[in-house]
Amino acid sequence: MKLGRIQGKVWATVKDPKLNNCTLYILQPVDEDENPIGMAQVAVDTVSSREGDLVYWVGGGEATLAFPDKQIPSDVTIVGLVDRMDLKKL
Amino acid sequence: MELAKVEGTIVSTAKSEKLLGYKLLLLNLINPDMSSSNNYVVAVDAVGAGEGEVVIVVRGSSARQAEKLTNVPTDSSIVAIVDSVEFKGKVVFRKS
Amino acid sequence: MILCKVIGSIVSTIKHDSYRNKKIMIVRPISPDGKFKSGTMVAIDTVRAGEGDTVLVMSEGRSTMDILELKNREPLRSIIVGIVDRIDTISDQLRK
Repeated sequence: MKLGRIQGKVWATVKDPKLNNCTLYILQPVDEDENPIGMAQVAVDTVSSREGDLVYWVGGGEATLAFPDKQIPSDVTIVGLVDRMDLKKL
Repeated sequence: MELAKVEGTIVSTAKSEKLLGYKLLLLNLINPDMSSSNNYVVAVDAVGAGEGEVVIVVRGSSARQAEKLTNVPTDSSIVAIVDSVEFKGKVVFRKS
Repeated sequence: MILCKVIGSIVSTIKHDSYRNKKIMIVRPISPDGKFKSGTMVAIDTVRAGEGDTVLVMSEGRSTMDILELKNREPLRSIIVGIVDRIDTISDQLRK
């Protein structure tokens, strides 16, 4: 899993039926200091997050498993909202 | 998943039998501000996308979960045709 | 598995059910000599790791399922599976 900042939204009418009713966000993976890690991604939301939120997301094959009734074609799925980070300066 | 622009069609006669009948498209991955990343990927189309369109591509084992592509050997699939993109509060793309 | 250092934890109220009652840590990959590398990750703690600990992080869903003794696959990927006490290498310079 990684941290990410939601920076925008994508609308798509024509899509894989398994993605119907999924909100698709532009998500920039970031580190703890908000430095970007790699390219911005399109992510499926599962926790009613909103634009601007700091979230954590799961990638790879596990991203397909967020819904009980279907395996979705997603490789970036938002699984939680960050309320607060407690960081130790090392 | 990533945003990508369909830049071409791949014609391949001698391909794995399991890929027969599936459209292979050449995608240029793009950033959310619509700039090109110059990273190319060839993906199996699951939604009927065409050249010039902006699409969403899913990669890795997740690519096999597209409804029309179950049991198709692929590591990259097009799963949506993008209508519009809002990035940092501005609409940066709208399908014409 | 990769070597990481725990740099913090996350407080999160709204989360996927798979993450209920789990301690969510922020870890950063390190080289064997302890230097930070890029690619901060979020990982579930299973070994009572604390901030500053050098840990082993596994990022593979099936193994996560085994370790957490889950009945079904869940959208969990990265977990802390061990706290590193010491790394013995040929070169003592790498000794923690």
